[in-house]
Amino acid sequence: MSTDTSPQPAETVPPRVPAAKNGPGREHGEKKTGGVLNVFSHGVLVIWAILVVMPLLWAVMTSFKDDKSIFTSPWSFPSHLHFENWSRAWSQAHMSDYFLNTIIVVAFSLFGTLLLGSMAAYVLARFEFPGNRFIYFLFIGGMSFPIILALVPLFYVMQNLSLLNTIPGLIIVYIAYSLPFTVFFLTSFFKTLPTSVAEAAIIDGASHTRTFFQVMLPMAKPGLISVGIFNFLGQWNQYLLPTVLNTDPNHKVLSQGLVALATSQGYKGDWSGLFAGLVMAMLPVLAAYIIFQRQVVAGLTAGALK
Amino acid sequence: MQHGKYRFIVGFLIVPLAFYAIFVIWPFIQSIYYSFTNWTGLSPQFSVTGLDNYRRMMNDPTFWASFRHSVIYVLVLPVVVLAIALFLSFMLNVGGRRKKGAAVAGVQGSSFYKIVYFFPQVLSIAIVALLFQFLYNPDSGALNAFLDAIGLGGVQPEWLGDPGLALWCVMAVLMWSQVGFFVVLFSAGMASIPKDFYEAALLDGASRATTFFRITLPLLWDTVQSGWVYMGVLSLGAESFAVTQIMTVGPGGPADSTNVLSLYVYQKAFHSGQAGYATAIGVALLLVTLVFAAGVLRMGRRERLEF
Repeated sequence: MSTDTSPQPAETVPPRVPAAKNGPGREHGEKKTGGVLNVFSHGVLVIWAILVVMPLLWAVMTSFKDDKSIFTSPWSFPSHLHFENWSRAWSQAHMSDYFLNTIIVVAFSLFGTLLLGSMAAYVLARFEFPGNRFIYFLFIGGMSFPIILALVPLFYVMQNLSLLNTIPGLIIVYIAYSLPFTVFFLTSFFKTLPTSVAEAAIIDGASHTRTFFQVMLPMAKPGLISVGIFNFLGQWNQYLLPTVLNTDPNHKVLSQGLVALATSQGYKGDWSGLFAGLVMAMLPVLAAYIIFQRQVVAGLTAGALK
Repeated sequence: MQHGKYRFIVGFLIVPLAFYAIFVIWPFIQSIYYSFTNWTGLSPQFSVTGLDNYRRMMNDPTFWASFRHSVIYVLVLPVVVLAIALFLSFMLNVGGRRKKGAAVAGVQGSSFYKIVYFFPQVLSIAIVALLFQFLYNPDSGALNAFLDAIGLGGVQPEWLGDPGLALWCVMAVLMWSQVGFFVVLFSAGMASIPKDFYEAALLDGASRATTFFRITLPLLWDTVQSGWVYMGVLSLGAESFAVTQIMTVGPGGPADSTNVLSLYVYQKAFHSGQAGYATAIGVALLLVTLVFAAGVLRMGRRERLEF
C-alpha cells in the first residue's frame, strides 16, 4: 500500500513557497496550533466517551432503585441499594434459565462452528480439487445476503425436521450461519501456515486426518482464538435467529428473554427487576471484554482488516 | 501423498457443506421460488401466481414506507457512522501534543478511549435497544429529564412516539452502537501510515485538514470501503430488524413511520400468514442490498484511478 502511494503528499500540497519562507516563525505557530488541536481533540473525545458510558452507568444505577424513583427522578442516585431487584430478576424473572439456555447453545454451537469451519477451511486452503473455488465462494457468498430472506423457508424446513423451537435446532442453525465468516477467515489463515510441517508428518506415516488434528489445528490456534471470539460474541448476542426459530418460552436465550421480560414486566410494572436483568446480562460480557480486551479487539477487527 | 486424498477431502467437507446447504443455501433458493407463489406458510398447499406478489407490492403503502426507510438507513447510516469514526480516530492519532520533533502524535490515553468506545460493540443489540427505549421514554425517561435539568423543560419531545422523529431516534441507536468498532478499526489503519508522510506534508505547509483528506483518507480507503459495505449490510439486515422490532410501537409505528424491509418481511411471514408475499419483499431487500454493495464498490474503482 505504502509503496504505490508514497509520492502522494508531495504532489498534492501546492503552497510550497510560504512554507519555505518563514522557517523559524512557522515552527512557533505550529506548536500553538498543536496545543489548540490537542485541547480540541481531547474535548471531542471526552464527549463521545461520555455519550457511550452514560447510558450504561445509568442502567447500572437504575437497577438498584425502586420502581417509584425510576420514574419520578430518573437521574438521582438510589436512596439505598435495592439488591432485591437482582435476586428477583435472577429467580422469578427467569434470568437464570435464560443464562443457562444461552450457555448451552453457545457452548455447543461455538465448538461445532470451530470444528466444522476449520475442517472445511483446511481442505479448501490446502488441497487442489475440482470445485474447490466454487465451494469457497458458495461459503463466503453467505456473508453479504440478508438472512431474513432465508429465514421464511427455513422456518418450515426446521418444522419438517422437528427442529423448530428446540435447543439442538438452534445450535445447528447458529453453526450453519456462522460458517461463511469462519470459513472465509480460517481459509486465509491456513494459507499463511508453512506447508513443511504437515508434509513431514505425512512422510512419517500420519494420515491426513491425524495430521489435521495433531499438527495443523495446534498451529492454527491464534486464528481459532480470533474467529472463536468473533463467533462467541455473535452467537451470545444473537437476536434475529432465536426470535424467528425458537419461540418456546422454556428455550428462550438471553437476548430474546430480556425482550420478553420487558413486555411481561411492563404489565406487572416491575421496571427495577427488568433493569436488574438488563445489567445482569450486560456485565459478564463487559467484564470479559475488559479482561481480554486485546484479544477481543483483534478477534472482531481481524476479518475487516484483511 | 495422493493415497486417500479424495476420501479425506470428501470426508472433511461433507458435514460442513451439508449443514450449510440445508440450512442456508436451500432456503435462499426456495425463497426466490416462493416469491412467485401464494403460499401462506400455514398450509402446505399453494399455487404459482407469477408476478402477483410483486404487483401487489407496488400498491402496498406499507411496503413503500418500509422501502423508503430502508433506503434512508443504507444511505445515511454508513456515511454518518464512518464520518464520525474517521473524525474521532483522526483526533486519536494526530490530535496529540507533538514531542521530540515528531510531526504527529496520538493523544494521551488513546488506548483508554478506544477501550471505552468499543463497549457497545460487545453488547447484544437487543440489550442496547431496550436500554434506549427507556432513555427515550417521553414521561420521565432519562433524556427528557436531562433536558428538563439543563433548563429546556419546554422542549420535551415524544421521541419514539413522534412520527417525524422516531426513525431518527432508532437510527441514532445503531449509530451509537457501531461508531466505536470503526474507531478502533480505523485507528489500527492510521497507526500503520508512516509518520514521515505527515511530516513532509506539514513541512510543505499543509493544514491538518489537508493531511486528512490527502494522506489519511486515500491510504485508508480500502478499509473504509469494506467498512461501508459491512455497515450497509448491517443497516439493512438483522440489526435494523432488532432495533425497530424492540423499540418502536406497533412495531414499525407510529403510523408506519419506522418500519423497515427486514421487519416487514418478518411481520408478513410470521404474523400475517403471507409467506409468499413476505419472500417477495425479501427479494426487494436483496436487490437493495446488492445495488448498494455494487455502488460502493464502483466508487472504490473511481477513487483508485485518481492515484
